[in-house]
Amino acid sequence: MANFEVEKTPENLVYAKPRLITDNTMHYCPGCSHGVVHKLVAEVIDEMGFQDKTVAVSPVGCSVLAYNYIDIDWVEAAHGRACAVATAVKRLNPEKLVFTYQGDGDLVAIGAGETFHAANRGENIAIIFINNAIYGMTGGQMAPTTILGMKTETCPYGRTPEQHGWPVKISKILSELNGVCYATRQTVYTPAAVRKAKKAIRKAFENSLNKKGTSIVEIVATCNSNWKMTPEDANTWMEANLFPEYPLGDIKDEAAK
Amino acid sequence: MAKIKGTVVVDTERCKGCNLCVVACPSKVLTLSKQVNGKGYSYCTMANPDDCVGCASCALVCPDSCLTVYRQKDPSAN
Repeated sequence: MANFEVEKTPENLVYAKPRLITDNTMHYCPGCSHGVVHKLVAEVIDEMGFQDKTVAVSPVGCSVLAYNYIDIDWVEAAHGRACAVATAVKRLNPEKLVFTYQGDGDLVAIGAGETFHAANRGENIAIIFINNAIYGMTGGQMAPTTILGMKTETCPYGRTPEQHGWPVKISKILSELNGVCYATRQTVYTPAAVRKAKKAIRKAFENSLNKKGTSIVEIVATCNSNWKMTPEDANTWMEANLFPEYPLGDIKDEAAK
Repeated sequence: MAKIKGTVVVDTERCKGCNLCVVACPSKVLTLSKQVNGKGYSYCTMANPDDCVGCASCALVCPDSCLTVYRQKDPSAN
């Protein structure tokens, strides 16, 4: 073992809080994936030098207060309407980087129509979609993305196809549309996954700026509070149960061609 | 003799004690402290500071951006 003290100087710095993440303490529960995704978004925007040229659209859901945490311009959309608002922002400011940040209740349930048609029109926006298979903010009700057999407040005996239908794989559905140039599914529970997710977010933002069409980055995330687990167990549960239903990786990448 | 050593600085008031950094650390450097911060969370702290290699795995998975990582080569090595 080396017997020296590491000097805490800027040249020895490996990792620090991204510059665009504000000093406000996040309201998210301990271990929530939102924090990591916020960090990645902030890092990518800072690396691209787009702090003053970005307009983000925040949803209704846990990330409704995202504008308190990332130091860029935000528009707050009505529940589910983020993609519609982003369409207007992008059409009026074509040189800006416009992205929406939505959860599964916002994007897949109430906002399914807006999302679908924005993607079908091939609006040059990026969609960051956090899929934790549950309604987090309202206390753990069943979401369209809840997997079969999963117990929530509104399906306490587990989700069944007879009563509730099947989980909606929205990224796969959107990838079938001609307007969508990039659809990928990532996660942020290990350092390697975080690096891959960051690359995916960067690619989506670049597609948006290069007018390639709509990009969707789905992040399979945890909601340990509503899954009623520790953050650590939630990661294990996600790996065992959500990944078979929502396999990771690129679903469509037309921008690469 | 390890030639590279790292250290982690924790913003203890920001930390919510989620334990994800403790799990992510490949060298088992971090642990949750017995003390709590102003919000009542036991914050993360370095239990084996000598084993840290400064890989920043902990900081990457930290949802609350409360970890700062430094890394340095052994000045006596060359």
